[in-house]
Amino acid sequence: MNKLTSINEAVNLIKSGQTIMVGGFGNPGTPMTLLEALLKSGARDLTMIKNEVNEPGIGISRLVEAGIVRKLIISHLGLNNRVIEMMNKGLVEIEFHPQGILAEKIRCGGAGLLGLITDIGVDTIIAESRNVSVFQGKKAILEPCIRADVALIHAAASDTLGNLCYTRTAFNFNPLMAQAADLVIAETFELVEPGGISPDHVHTPCVFVDHIVQVKNSRELYGVLAHHVL
Amino acid sequence: MSYKQKIAARAAKAITSGMTINLGIGLPTLIPCYLDAKTQVMIHSENGVLGAGKAAAKENAHPMQIDAGGGYITVNKGASFFDSATSFAIVRGGRLDIAFLGALEVSEKGDLANWIIPGKFAPGIGGGMELAQKAKRLVVVTSHCTKKGLPKIIRQCTLPLTARKCVDMIITELAVFEMQDEQLILREIASESNLDEIREKTQARFRAPEGKLPIF
Repeated sequence: MNKLTSINEAVNLIKSGQTIMVGGFGNPGTPMTLLEALLKSGARDLTMIKNEVNEPGIGISRLVEAGIVRKLIISHLGLNNRVIEMMNKGLVEIEFHPQGILAEKIRCGGAGLLGLITDIGVDTIIAESRNVSVFQGKKAILEPCIRADVALIHAAASDTLGNLCYTRTAFNFNPLMAQAADLVIAETFELVEPGGISPDHVHTPCVFVDHIVQVKNSRELYGVLAHHVL
Repeated sequence: MSYKQKIAARAAKAITSGMTINLGIGLPTLIPCYLDAKTQVMIHSENGVLGAGKAAAKENAHPMQIDAGGGYITVNKGASFFDSATSFAIVRGGRLDIAFLGALEVSEKGDLANWIIPGKFAPGIGGGMELAQKAKRLVVVTSHCTKKGLPKIIRQCTLPLTARKCVDMIITELAVFEMQDEQLILREIASESNLDEIREKTQARFRAPEGKLPIF
């Protein structure tokens, strides 16, 4: 039952060509240590799913910049001019979704639902590449669910069984992605014995989690970004 | 006062106590600075917080506590954190009294374009479509013209839309417009401007009610 794994053992389970979901919205909740290990693992030709692409030189952006990401399924590229330039040059394929629809597609994937029906974007160019139908008399988009081969999760705390707990604005996509992949690897700063997290405070039940990696809360990877402080 | 501060100060007057609001990235984040102390609002940020407070000073910045623009924030008493599905249930479920968004173009029918200039600018959709389509009231806060001096408030959007017929109010450094029955109505004129200038810099057709309009 103990799911504690070394970082190398965990990351070596990821193969080239696979689809990987990555938690995080900006830095909070981004599994920085797992991404660093994945970058060094030799895996390539990856399809990655994330809210946004972090900032240049940070997190998932480093993998995209290194050319090991074939495709990004994403809500926006935000402040990342390097990745926007790579998109414009055709060096990485980008599939955009409205942010909450991306979240909901992933939630459906984890909940065993085939997809969802929405009116978001029906009057926009995104409808051109979607399955548009009429539902209850209104134009609607049929959005298939998203699942992945692997999900990389950042949790504030975990027990050795893989019960996870998130903090502050580091929830974001993590609880959704932790349910929507065949292999779920979670990194955590704080590892406790079973019972160390009150059942009331478990956000992701251990049934969804395959491997736990304990990581160091280093300032280099997880600290405050000086340029975002007023 | 810069033009952005002028817009933010006027936008703050659209907020009343008890509202739940979302502030888009950029100019809208200046709006809370102009709220008076008595106005109690819940600020939602789509990365997963309700009850966001002021920007955090350096010594209070927590690496796991940001707003959707990436800035470190404080949270007020009564705040909550949640995942992105819950965050957008707040948006799409119609729980936002006002969303404030910037614009590239707004049409006279209330269409909004603010997410892509094909071939030039395509950072992605983010939460914009959902905010524009589902907030109870969408207030556009924007410079009246582009950097090249071209009108942003126009007859028909030329850029791909964020959402159709979604705009309820437009606040620029020159004017305040409201949409009523699919018609754009001039409601206020900036103290630095006049009706002639607004007519010259607005391509969209709008109605200016008779008599002297309020000045802001």
